[in-house]
Amino acid sequence: MRHVVVVGAGPAGLAAARAAVEAGARVTLLDAGDGLGGQYWRHLPDTRPAGREHVLHHRWETFRELGDALRAHPAVTVVPSAQVWSLERPGGGVRLNVLVGEPDGVGRDALALEPDALVLATGAHDRTLPFPGWQLPGVYSAGAAQALAKGERVAVGRRVVVAGAGPFLLPVASSLLQTGATVVGVHEAGRIGTLARGWLNRPWELAGAAGKAGELAGYIAELIRHRVPWRPGEAVVAAHGDGQVESVTVARLNERWAPIPGTERQVEADAVCVSHGFTPRLELAVAAGCALTPSRFVMVDDAQATSVPGVWAAGEITGIAGADAALAEGTVAGTAAAGGDTRTATARAAGRAVSRARAFAARIESAHGVRGGWVSWLRDDTVVCRCEETTYGRVREVVELTGSHETRSVKLTSRAGLGPCQARMCGRTLEELLGDTAPPGVDRRPLVVPVRLGDLASLPSSHPHPTASHPTGDQT
Amino acid sequence: MTSRRMPVDRDPVEPGPDRPLTILVDGEPVAGTVGQTIAGVLLAAGRREWRTTSAGGAPRGVFCGIGVCFDCLVDVNGLRDVRACLRRARDGDVVVRQGEPEVVA
Repeated sequence: MRHVVVVGAGPAGLAAARAAVEAGARVTLLDAGDGLGGQYWRHLPDTRPAGREHVLHHRWETFRELGDALRAHPAVTVVPSAQVWSLERPGGGVRLNVLVGEPDGVGRDALALEPDALVLATGAHDRTLPFPGWQLPGVYSAGAAQALAKGERVAVGRRVVVAGAGPFLLPVASSLLQTGATVVGVHEAGRIGTLARGWLNRPWELAGAAGKAGELAGYIAELIRHRVPWRPGEAVVAAHGDGQVESVTVARLNERWAPIPGTERQVEADAVCVSHGFTPRLELAVAAGCALTPSRFVMVDDAQATSVPGVWAAGEITGIAGADAALAEGTVAGTAAAGGDTRTATARAAGRAVSRARAFAARIESAHGVRGGWVSWLRDDTVVCRCEETTYGRVREVVELTGSHETRSVKLTSRAGLGPCQARMCGRTLEELLGDTAPPGVDRRPLVVPVRLGDLASLPSSHPHPTASHPTGDQT
Repeated sequence: MTSRRMPVDRDPVEPGPDRPLTILVDGEPVAGTVGQTIAGVLLAAGRREWRTTSAGGAPRGVFCGIGVCFDCLVDVNGLRDVRACLRRARDGDVVVRQGEPEVVA
C-alpha cells in the first residue's frame, strides 16, 4: 500500500489527506500544532471546547467533516504536535526527521518517515514590513491578533489599529471586534485607484470567486456596523510609547507606498496589528530541492506536482489564494500523490477551482502587493532585524563599508537575520533593501526549526544526520 | 489593563467553563485556565512583555503569535527558549524571564 505523508493540517493538508486515503493510500498527517485546522481554522483547544465555534469561522462544517473523516479512517494516522525539523534525500528518496511532543520540550519522541509520496501543505505566515517602533510590545503581526482571538479568546488591546495590505486585514478586524476590542481604524496601504484596477479589472472572472467576494462583503458590512473606518492609501508609519505602544502615526501614501509629507497624524491606541502580505513556509520544499517560481512560491504543475518526483505541494506555499483554493489544491495533490486518477470528475472540478484561485491570487497581488516606496518610512535607528536588533542605519553602513549588496554577506557582517528566527521576520525585507532577491535566497535553511543539542545527540545513531555536524546552520 | 480575555459569559463563541490554573511568573502567581498557552495566560492578565533583549535591554512579548518569530521566549520549569505562544500552560508552571536565546538555530 502506498504511504503518503502530508505535512500541515490546514485546509490544504486536510483535503490532501482525505483525497489520498480515498484514492487508496495509507496516510500519515503531521502538524506542529496540537489540533487540526492550521491557522485558518485555529480554534479553542479540545481542553476548552466552544459551544459555538462556527461564529468565528467560514466553512466550519467543512473542517468538522474533514477532521472527523480523517480521525475515523483506519488507514489514516494523525500525528499532532509533530515538528518536522529536517528533510533529507537518501538515495533520491525523502526522509523526514520529526520530533513529537510539547513545543520546544526536551525528550520528545524522534520519528523518521520515508514515505512513497510527500504532500507539503506548510502554509504561510504574515509578512510585516518594519517601521519605527515596531519592536515595542503592543505591536503584533495581524496573524498574532487573529491566532490569539480565535485560539485563546484574547484581544491584544482595547483600542486597536489594524494596518498593512490585503484582504486579510478584514477578518482580523472582525476577530478583534468579536473578542471585545475597539478597532480604531483599518488602514490599507493600497490606494483606491490601485485597488480598483486590481479588483475590478475583468470583473466576469470574479463570478467564479463569488463565495470569496461574499465573505469580504460580510466583513465590510461588519466594519460599517461597528463604525470602523476603512482607509485605503494609508499606513502606520511609526509606533510610540514608553516601553509599550501608546500611540501610532498614520500617514497617507502615494502610489508607491511612500508617505506623503504633511499627512501624518497621531492616533491613540494600545495595540497595532500589521500585515503586508504573506511569506510561504518553504523550508521543507527548499530542502527537498523543489523549484520555486520567480515570485518565490513552490512551482507546481496541473496535478500539484513539484519539480521533485514524489513531492507534491498545495495551499499557500504555492501562492496566496485563500482557503477555497487550498482545499481544491489539496484535493488534487492528495489524489495525485496516492497514484489516483486526477481526471475523475471530482479531481477535475478541483482543478478548475485551482485555476480560478490562481486568477484570484494574481488579483490580490496586483491590488495589494508591496510597493518599494515603504522604505522611505524607515529611519536610521529603525530596527530591521528584531532578533539581533540590527538597525536600518547599520545595514546601510555595512553596505557602504563592504560594498556588498549580497544578502548573505551583509547578514554575516551586520548580524541581521542570524538570530533565532533565522531571518523569517526580516529576510525578505533585507533582500528588498539590498536588491538581492534571487531564489532561494533566505529561504534555504538546513534546519526547519531550531533544535536543542540534546535532541540531536539523542537521535538513533543508525540514522546519519548530515545537518547535525553543523548545528549552527547558516552561521557556519 | 490592555490585552485581556473575552469574559466567558459574554463570549459569542461560548467556550467551555474555566478550569483554573496558576502559573508562577518571575515569582508572582498569575491565574489562567486550562487550554491557554503561556502567552495566552500572560496576555489575558494584561501582561504584554516578558523578555529583555540582551543587546538593547528592550522589552519583548508576543509578535507573530504562531511560533515563527521567537520573540516570546521564556524559561519554563528551568528549560530556556520555550516559545510562550505555543506551549500550553500547566498548573504550577514556573515561568522566568530570560535574556538572549541559546537555541541552536
